[in-house]
Amino acid sequence: MAVEVRIPTILRKHTGGEKAVTADGDTVRDLLGDLDRRYPGIAGSLLTGDGALHRFVNVYVNDEDVRFLGALDAKLSDGDVVAILPAVAGGS
Amino acid sequence: MLEIDDDDYATLVAHARDGYPNEACALLAGRDGSVERVYALPNAEASPSFYVVEPRAQLKAMTEMDDLGLDLVGIFHSHVATEAYPSRTDVELAAYPDAAYLILSLADQDGPVLRAFRIRDGQVSEEELRRRTATPAPAPREPVPGGLDGR
Repeated sequence: MAVEVRIPTILRKHTGGEKAVTADGDTVRDLLGDLDRRYPGIAGSLLTGDGALHRFVNVYVNDEDVRFLGALDAKLSDGDVVAILPAVAGGS
Repeated sequence: MLEIDDDDYATLVAHARDGYPNEACALLAGRDGSVERVYALPNAEASPSFYVVEPRAQLKAMTEMDDLGLDLVGIFHSHVATEAYPSRTDVELAAYPDAAYLILSLADQDGPVLRAFRIRDGQVSEEELRRRTATPAPAPREPVPGGLDGR
């Protein structure tokens, strides 16, 4: 499945400055794997050491948070748009 | 430098007070270092010491900014009991190097303090925050005796 992936500013150092790239995968997990093959190191910013989605990274498929779609198992179809957005978070 | 008008400033203070005793958060959209629109958003953590902008509200706001041709110029949150300076958590989780991070301290309820910072690669630097009167009155041609000129 060819999917458009929107890359946040902070990760564009991995994509040569590209705001959106194309990658393949039947699930979000496969997609991130393919993304990391194309842009080595990018998955390290998205996944924990256990391979789960980092708590402070939001991934959306067609504007829906993947946490409501089965997380990394969320299924993808041709033409889907995946957006990666770091959470806006902090504390005192 | 980031410019914010009095109305937007008042919106941020009111949002922080509404959220009290929890931290409140907002996204600031604008252009060229000037805030044009405030998105007062829910803190998904509902906590006095932690905030996470509710993810779907975050996406919706950011998509709207894109559609309007606005940039994310600022990220706002309140500190309910500590000073208006980025905490260690704020620095660790700062993921938007192009945005100013605005922190409003409510430690003194009667005198909230708003400051702005850049947080890049773990380094904090204060940024000038300039308040702008929302609907400027025509400037008098001559100084008014006893007036508040020079402000």
